[in-house]
Amino acid sequence: MPLLEIDNLKVAFDTEAGLVQAVDGVSLSLDKGRTLGLVGESGCGKSVTATSILRLVPSPPGKYLGGRILFNGTDILKLKADELPKIRGKDIAMIFQDPMTSLNPIFTIEKQLGEVLKLRFGMDKEAARARSTEMLTTVGIPDAATRLTNYPHELSGGQKQRVMIAMALLTEPQLLIADEPTTALDVTIQAQILELIRSLQKRTGCAVLFITHDMGVVAEMCDDVAVMYAGRIVEQDDVYDIFKRSRHPYTRGLLRSLPQKGAPKKMELPTIEGVVPSLLNPPTFCRFADRCWKRKRLPESEQRKCFSEDPLLRPYEGGLVACHWPVHEGEEP
Amino acid sequence: MSANGAALLRVEDLKKYYPVRGGVFGGKIGDVRAVDGVNLTVTEGETLGLVGESGCGKSTLGRTVMRLEDPTSGRVFFEGKDIASASKAELFTLRGDIQMIFQDPYSSLNPRMTVGEIVREPLLVHKIGTKAEQIEKVRALLETVGLTGEMLERYPHEFSGGQRQRIGLARALALDPKLVIADEPVSALDVSVRSQVLNLMVRLQRERHLTYIFISHDLSVVEHISDTIAIMYLGRIVEKGPTDRIFKKPSHPYTRALIAAIPVPDPQQRHETAPVKGEAPSPVNPPSGCPFHPRCPYAIPACSEIVPPLEPAPGSEGGTREHLSACIRKNEI
Repeated sequence: MPLLEIDNLKVAFDTEAGLVQAVDGVSLSLDKGRTLGLVGESGCGKSVTATSILRLVPSPPGKYLGGRILFNGTDILKLKADELPKIRGKDIAMIFQDPMTSLNPIFTIEKQLGEVLKLRFGMDKEAARARSTEMLTTVGIPDAATRLTNYPHELSGGQKQRVMIAMALLTEPQLLIADEPTTALDVTIQAQILELIRSLQKRTGCAVLFITHDMGVVAEMCDDVAVMYAGRIVEQDDVYDIFKRSRHPYTRGLLRSLPQKGAPKKMELPTIEGVVPSLLNPPTFCRFADRCWKRKRLPESEQRKCFSEDPLLRPYEGGLVACHWPVHEGEEP
Repeated sequence: MSANGAALLRVEDLKKYYPVRGGVFGGKIGDVRAVDGVNLTVTEGETLGLVGESGCGKSTLGRTVMRLEDPTSGRVFFEGKDIASASKAELFTLRGDIQMIFQDPYSSLNPRMTVGEIVREPLLVHKIGTKAEQIEKVRALLETVGLTGEMLERYPHEFSGGQRQRIGLARALALDPKLVIADEPVSALDVSVRSQVLNLMVRLQRERHLTYIFISHDLSVVEHISDTIAIMYLGRIVEKGPTDRIFKKPSHPYTRALIAAIPVPDPQQRHETAPVKGEAPSPVNPPSGCPFHPRCPYAIPACSEIVPPLEPAPGSEGGTREHLSACIRKNEI
């Protein structure tokens, strides 16, 4: 049994303009000890999918329209409100782009870490202080004993990120959800935080769901990758195949639009023309069809399918792809 | 490259300090040395990539060159005229020649003005042409950046991030500038849109013989667009040279760390460990000697005593291909 199994999840938001279907039938699974990257551009539904796992989507305006989120076999969407704390911050922990999402500005670091240990393990103050100092040292904070007496604003961005990671890991979770944890950080600090997450995962064996828009970070961190587009997963595969032989035209286009190392300067970069369809009233056929470079090369008779049938995520050459005409070897945007 | 070797902009020993106030009477207790003695030449027709992490002073340098900030000391020559000591009237003329675009296309456009008014404003302020001529020019500018004349009457909120950056470019081009300072122009954009804006900037440079200062923390974007790269650390330029040299033979240990820290979108090139430990020190209290020495793996005792001058790196060529490095050990590491 996978540690986490999301099955046909649907989440929508009530807006003045109508119901926005942010996540529209997402299925994925994650095994113990693995790292799954959930990637896509702004508004594709990756963060909503991730926050749904902890039932943190604000409601209203958000609502769960269907599907299941099984964690160790228990459907999180069916838990009563008073059962949620059993999962949040215990078996599943989450870290965010902005560490102040998790840290309270009016308490010292010691108080915040201590609270977690008291709730989770019933630790007293002395034991909690010792454990907190040890954990801060583990996440690479120098002079941990002094840092415990600080308030969050007294720490740098990178240090706050480390404290948040320390807090998430104190509970020894089975699943760590990391939502763009390094996006706001400088590249040398990002490298340090990624190294930290990797080494802690190796030690504790927890699974990681890593949400990011940065394909470099994906390549660096993940075993498997799920690519989202307009509320759907369009492709899933192991990280090597995603980068070497992605089958969905969107994934391939995304990778090609990155500046390539050592490529001729100022050369024209491939782009993905057009815009993401509105999720107020998404197309009933392929959501990428309008912008698809591969579709444009097909004979008209084959293009018809792109504009009439909704492609389902299906097994294809060892991975999963939601495309009527997956990309072949050697085909490039 | 298109550069013909003439210096368009020359910065000499430029300093910009901000006072730090505190104490009982709120007096000055120190300085933030945002820009701390920068020497720099930008060649006509080239793109100079100005790279560094947050707080290194790259944006302040850009703003001081524009005279949006008054320098503490030093000189800035644009086509031989000193901007740093220019009068208001002289600045007014110079501002037509130097334009700036910003990172956040959401906050740099006035939400109460239509796109037509935004792009026309510089023409109004500088009293260029009749009303009809101005409107005709605005229409042409919008088409140049890939928007249509019908968008004249619309407001910024009706546009996506990529389109807003195009509007910002159209406004910057209204006065036919020679130099465009672009401060993180694509950092807020999604990958597929980012490549569109980069392509546009490259095309505009070719068509209008523009010179760019491209400020960014993203080395892969800078590598793509720049002819020359300058790397800043704690208010100083630590290395400068032709883009290909900087990436193939980086001289300064900080540049090496920065390049090594970029996550590569290829899972076969993973990093085991972060290339540099620790964080950048505060510009209020910079370390003695070389600003990078506390984090530098090559540091020797002399590094904390000598402020290394920017001098030719081993193998440097002459002219626009000069390669400079501010490291006392550049010939041995």
